[in-house]
Amino acid sequence: MKKTFKLVGLDCANCAAKIENEISDLPDVISVTVNFMTTKMNIEAEREKMESVVEAAMKVVKNIEPDVKIEKV
Amino acid sequence: MHNKKRLMRVLGGGAIYAATFFLEFDNDILNIAMFLLGYFIIGGDIVWKAVKNILRGQVFDENFLMFIATIGAFAIGDYEEAVGVMLFFQVGELFQSYAVDQSRKSIAGLMDIRPDYANLRRGSEIVKVDPDEIMVGDEIVIKTGEKIPLDAVVIEGGSMVDTSSLTGESVPREVTVGSELLSGCININGVLTARVTKEFGDSTVSKILDLVENASNKKSNSENFITKFARYYTPSVVVLALLLAVVPPLMYSDQGFTKWLVRALTFLVISCPCALVISIPLSFFGGIGRASKLGVLVKGSNYLEALAKTEIVVFDKTGTLTKGVFNVQEVHSEVMSRDDLLELTACAENYSNHPISLSLKRAYGKTIDNTVISDVKELPGYGVSARIRGKEVLVGNDKLMKKMKISYFKGEIIGTVVHVAADGKYIGYVVIADEIKNDAPGAIQALKGEKVKHTVMLTGDSKSIGEHVAKKLGLDTVYTELLPADKVEKLEEIFTQKSEKGKLVFVGDGVNDAPVLARADIGIAMGGVGSDAAIEAADIVIMTDEPSKIATAIKVSKKTLAIVKQNIVFALGVKGAVLIMGAMGIASMWTAVFADVGVSVIAILNAMRVLNIRSSYNSAVPA
Repeated sequence: MKKTFKLVGLDCANCAAKIENEISDLPDVISVTVNFMTTKMNIEAEREKMESVVEAAMKVVKNIEPDVKIEKV
Repeated sequence: MHNKKRLMRVLGGGAIYAATFFLEFDNDILNIAMFLLGYFIIGGDIVWKAVKNILRGQVFDENFLMFIATIGAFAIGDYEEAVGVMLFFQVGELFQSYAVDQSRKSIAGLMDIRPDYANLRRGSEIVKVDPDEIMVGDEIVIKTGEKIPLDAVVIEGGSMVDTSSLTGESVPREVTVGSELLSGCININGVLTARVTKEFGDSTVSKILDLVENASNKKSNSENFITKFARYYTPSVVVLALLLAVVPPLMYSDQGFTKWLVRALTFLVISCPCALVISIPLSFFGGIGRASKLGVLVKGSNYLEALAKTEIVVFDKTGTLTKGVFNVQEVHSEVMSRDDLLELTACAENYSNHPISLSLKRAYGKTIDNTVISDVKELPGYGVSARIRGKEVLVGNDKLMKKMKISYFKGEIIGTVVHVAADGKYIGYVVIADEIKNDAPGAIQALKGEKVKHTVMLTGDSKSIGEHVAKKLGLDTVYTELLPADKVEKLEEIFTQKSEKGKLVFVGDGVNDAPVLARADIGIAMGGVGSDAAIEAADIVIMTDEPSKIATAIKVSKKTLAIVKQNIVFALGVKGAVLIMGAMGIASMWTAVFADVGVSVIAILNAMRVLNIRSSYNSAVPA
């Protein structure tokens, strides 16, 4: 399944690339895209794993860009 | 909000920085204290991020490197430079943030088709609700000037509808009771009541917005290259900086340590690849947005990039280059007036729903008097026979004439011929043919203008019709009498004529050519608005019926790529030059800050030029 989040306040393109890169290395992540233009993040993972994946992904975002707010779409 | 705080800090810190120069304290400690105060007010957030990131082991973080560069300057005693560079950097970042924000807004403006509300009819009252809350079958009211919120069918009223936001077509469309309404269009005059046919999530407007937004998720080769490049760029520059600081002083004992340290710090300031990382996705996103404004939906940055290398364009004929509607082209009567012949033909075909019968009835245009028709017999594969005003009328193809042993006109005719006989005597024929779209000849011309090497047409029609159309349009090659399954095979054959780097584009109506669309490098479907199958199967969807939009799409692609190239060359060029100048000690830290944030802002501004690309065919498209 896929989930989309909005990364409010994402204004560094390199950070977007870093976030995408780090999340794609997380276990159980099938695919991830961080779109700097729309500031949206799409995460794909197995349904059962989704919760833990999202949690780990949030941590990555907070680490790289502490000012960014993550909102569900 | 985030930016406002930053702006206040930059202004406040900048004031203290200026005050330090103005006051010129005699006391060195006081001066340093003032500089430090300014420094932390301006760049406190960067220092904080740097500390946090280094604790996580992120050595190649731009904040950390900026921190090192400025703290290094402090350590050498260049207080003014340390604070100044931080100030300049922050101002640049603010500009950059503002520019990105503005460009996001102007691109979003291109796609400003999302309706904010719908007027739902509940009994006798009308309430404003979120389009999300409306269900299929609900009745909505669309007033003058409002956006159509969901796909619906008109049940009351009539109006003109502006579809330009979806199709790029500037001529309004007339709608009456029974007409389908596409969400995202604007009701120009009159009030419409309509029954909703699709929920908001399934409506045209949502689909198009989704498609365009997600298009930039499919990254182009240029983007992938830059992302990879960025990953190596920062570490490389940092390593170079380290070498620059350490090696020369060790090799030559007469060289001062500080001198090389300053040069190394200059390197650190240019270590962020931001200009490239920002401007390239921005250009593609802008290009996709611009194309959608011109009536072309591109489903991925990769397709927009590939389109510039189009070498061969293969067209399907019916519905793509021709209207797909059969019309009477010629009425040839041997004995009676042409109108009478047409009337006889239309009467005989009155009960048939075959496309040819429909076109005959449409050409006749008057109401048919049923009472004069009797004994209608359909002769499948031949035509029809009927008794009309006492006459035994035969209407059909040449096989029918042969079967009935009636001599008929046998000359070369382009199109489908319907022969007519009355009481065993030949009285004339009607020619029916598909019509070439008005902009089709111009479309082929425009493709040649965009340096497309080869244009090909595939059709299931007869050789004479196919070749006639191809000649009229100026196509290079035509393959006729193909069964649907043959088309993929032919496409494979055409593939072998293509150079390795060139791309093959197939253009169809998206209805029954899904395998061919999928096989081509880029599949383009025509007239896609409202057709889910076409949107699904194609890589690019032309929202109107105009084949001329293909050349427009290629133009947008080429211009976008040109801008991307300019930005890559410009950003890498400036950074490279400043790195070399920095190593030689010519470039100061100030120049380095410009090479970092200044270049980003210029690249962003350049990227926004994609929004000015014009249609390559007609100038009627609104800017």
